[in-house]
Amino acid sequence: MDRDSVIRVPVDEVGINERANSFTKRSIKADSKLEALYLAISMVDLTTLEGADTENKVKQLCQKAMEPVPRMVFQELAKFPRFRPIPQVAAVCVYPAMVPTAVKSLKGTNIQIASVATSFPSGQVPLNAKTDDVKYAVSEGATEIDMVINRGAFLSGNYNQVSDEISLIKEICGPAHLKVILETGELGTLENVRLASDIALLAGADFIKTSTGKIQPAATMPVTLVMLQAIRDYYQKTGKKIGMKPAGGIRTAKQAVHYLCMVSETLGRDWMSPLMFRFGASVLLNDLLKQIYKEMTGRYFYDKVFSLD
Amino acid sequence: MLDKNDSGQLSVDAKKTEFDYAPSIESTKIVNIKKKNHLYINGKFVEPESNKFFKSINPATGEPLAEIAEASAQDVDHAVRAAREAYSKTWSKFSGKERGRYLFRIARIMQERARELAVLETMDNGKPIKESRDVDIPLAAAHFFYHAGWADKLEYAFPGKSVTSLGVAGQVIPWNFPLMMAAWKIAPALACGNTVVLKPAEQTSLSALLLAEIFEEAGLPPGVVNIVTGAGETGAALVSHPDVNKVAFTGSTDIGKKIALNLASTHKKLTLELGGKSAHIVFEDAAIDQAVEGVINGIFFNQGHVCCAGSRLLVEESIAKTFVEKLKYRMGSLRVGDPLDKNTDIGAINSLEQLSTIEALVEDGKKQGLEFFTPENITLPKKGYFHRPCFFNNVASSNSVCRLEIFGPVLSISTFRTPQEAILKANDTQYGLAAGIWSEKGSKIHQVASQLKAGVIWANTYNKFDPTSPFGGYFESGFGREGGRHGLFSYLEVR
Repeated sequence: MDRDSVIRVPVDEVGINERANSFTKRSIKADSKLEALYLAISMVDLTTLEGADTENKVKQLCQKAMEPVPRMVFQELAKFPRFRPIPQVAAVCVYPAMVPTAVKSLKGTNIQIASVATSFPSGQVPLNAKTDDVKYAVSEGATEIDMVINRGAFLSGNYNQVSDEISLIKEICGPAHLKVILETGELGTLENVRLASDIALLAGADFIKTSTGKIQPAATMPVTLVMLQAIRDYYQKTGKKIGMKPAGGIRTAKQAVHYLCMVSETLGRDWMSPLMFRFGASVLLNDLLKQIYKEMTGRYFYDKVFSLD
Repeated sequence: MLDKNDSGQLSVDAKKTEFDYAPSIESTKIVNIKKKNHLYINGKFVEPESNKFFKSINPATGEPLAEIAEASAQDVDHAVRAAREAYSKTWSKFSGKERGRYLFRIARIMQERARELAVLETMDNGKPIKESRDVDIPLAAAHFFYHAGWADKLEYAFPGKSVTSLGVAGQVIPWNFPLMMAAWKIAPALACGNTVVLKPAEQTSLSALLLAEIFEEAGLPPGVVNIVTGAGETGAALVSHPDVNKVAFTGSTDIGKKIALNLASTHKKLTLELGGKSAHIVFEDAAIDQAVEGVINGIFFNQGHVCCAGSRLLVEESIAKTFVEKLKYRMGSLRVGDPLDKNTDIGAINSLEQLSTIEALVEDGKKQGLEFFTPENITLPKKGYFHRPCFFNNVASSNSVCRLEIFGPVLSISTFRTPQEAILKANDTQYGLAAGIWSEKGSKIHQVASQLKAGVIWANTYNKFDPTSPFGGYFESGFGREGGRHGLFSYLEVR
C-alpha cells in the first residue's frame, strides 16, 4: 500500500457534521437512559497519562476502577427498585512503566490493563525503541496496547511505513489487544481520518482510537463517525468486527449517551459492549455515576460524594 | 459484565445489553385546541355564515382533533372585503418601516410560542416532532424575519425601478408544511404592502388559526390577514373572487392547472408551486455515506410529503450495488412511529386518502414486477395512517413509480452510465422542481447543474431551505419564485 495504490474514500465534511449532529437530537429517557449509563461505565478506560504519574497515583486510580462508588452511597442506592450493581470499568490505561503497579493493584479482577506504548504520544523515536516499549509493556502484563501511528510518515505519504509499523506492533502484542491511535487532531481532514482508519484496519488493529488526549481537538463526534463508518465497511467486506475508542474530550454522561446512539445506529447492537467500544476518559466516570444516582433517586447527590480519582 | 474467557480475553456475560430508545413523548399540555374553530376575518374569529363545520383528524390516531369552520363563498367575500378595506385604509398607507415592525414582532412571538406551534403542527399534520421543532417552525419564523428586513428596502430590491404593492392576495396552501407554507405566503405579501386572505388546507388548518392568534398578539391591524378555512370550494371561491389582485397557490398540479385556466382571462397575477419528481444524481466519485444520508433525507423527510422530495434516485452503475446495500442498511435504522416521540424519524401519513394513493401506486409498482425493498425490522403502529419507507430498484423511466408524483416515502432507483445519460434521465419528467447532485468533483457538479431543468439544485446536500434562496419550478412544477429577492417580484408591481 503506497501513495499510488491507496484508495481514498471521499468524505464530505458538511454531511458528516450534519449526521453526527443528528445523534445529539436523540432523546434518551427512563430505562434506556439507565441502561446507557451502566453500559457507558463498563466501557470506560480509566486513564492517567502524566509525566507526574507515580505508583501511588496509579494505585489510587486502580482503586477507583474497582470500586467507583463509595460503599455508603452504594448501600443507599441498593434500596431503590431499579438498582443493579454498578459495573466495573473496562480497563485502566497507564504508561508502560506503571504496568507492574497496575497489574499488582488489579489482581483478581477482570479489569484490563491497557498501556500506551510506541513512545506515546508523539511516536517520534526509532522503530526499535517503539518495539521495545511494547515488548516491555506486554511482558509486564499489559493485556491491551494503545499504540500511536506514525503521523509523520502518514502526512508525507509513506502509507506503507504506517501500515508496516502497525503490523509489526500487532505481532509483538501477541494475545494483547492492539488499539491503534490515529491522533486525528494532527491529520487535518476527515478524508485523512478515513484513510488512516482504513490503513489501521487492514494492518491488523483490534481497535482504532481517535486520540492521545494530548492534542486538541481530541475525540469529536464527526471524527468518530468517520471511523465507525470505516469499521462498518471493513466488517461488511471481511466479516471482521473491529472495535472503536474515542478518547479525550468526552466529559459528560450526556455526551457519552450521544456517542452510544451513534454507535448503535451506525454499527448495530454487536458493538454495544466493552469488547467493541470504549471511552478513553476519566472525568466522564463521575458524571455517569452522578446521573445514575439521579435516575434512581430523582435528585442529585452532593458533588463531593464521588472521589476525584 | 466483563469476564475473561479461556484465552484471557474479554467476553461479555450472557445478559447482552438491550440498548434501545424508550418512548420519549413530547407533552401536548402546551396546546389548547378549541373544539370549534372559527374563521378569522377582519381581526375577529367569526362563525361561518354557512354554519357548517368539518372535522380535522389527527393522522397518528385517526381520531378527530377539532371541528373547523367551512367558509362559504359569502364568507370568502367578507374576508376579501375586509382585506380590501385594510389595504386601502391602513396597510398600504404604512411606511415600509412600520410594516417591518409588525413582521419582526410576529416573528418574535412565533419563536416565543415555537413549542406550542410545533406540538400543534405535529398533532394536526402527523410529521415527527423533531421536524416541526427543528425545521418547520424555525423556518416559518425565519421567513417573517427575512421579509421584515425587506419591508423598508423594497426600492433597493429592483434598482432603477419603482415598486408598488398589488392589493389583496388570495393564497391557498397545502397540508404538508402548514405553518411554513403560511409563512412563505403571508410574510412576503405583507412586507410588500399587500393584504391577505389565506386558505389553509382542510386537513391542517389549526396552525394557521394559531398564527391568527399571534397576529392579534402582535397587534396587526384588523383585516390585514384573514384566514378562511375550508376545502376545494372555499379555495375556488377565493381564487375566483373578482377583487383579488394576486393568487398564490401551492399544491397539486391538477388543481394548479384549474386555477391557471380560471385566471386566464383576468388581470390577476399568479404564482404556482406544484408537484415534482425530483432527481437525485449520485456519481461514483461521491462521498457515498453522505450521499446515502442525503437520499434518506431527500425522500423520507416529512414522510416524503415534500413537493421537492428526491423521489428518483439515479445512481452511477459502477457503484449501484454498493450504494443500494448501504441504503438498505441505513433504512433499517429509521424509526417509524408516534410523531410526538422525539426519536421518531418518520411519522404518520397525513390522511387516509393520501395513504390510499400511496398504497395504490406502490401496488402498481409491485404488479409491474419491480424489485421492492422495505426494512423488515420496521413495524408500523396499529392505529393511525402509516406507510413503510421503501424503494423500487432497477426502475425504468417508463415505470409509473418513476413518472408519477407519489408524495410518500417511496423511492425509485435507476442507474446511469455517463453524466450525459444522468442529465437526460433527470430531465425526462413532466416536472422540474428540484435536483440533487452528489460528486466530490466541483467542475462536474457545475457542468451537470447547468444542464438540469430544475428550479432548485442542491450539490452534496438536499432539502436545504432558506428564506434568502428563491424556490420554485419549471414545467408542471409551476412558475414564480418564493423567497429571496426573486420572491418579492411576485408581490410587487415593478415599473
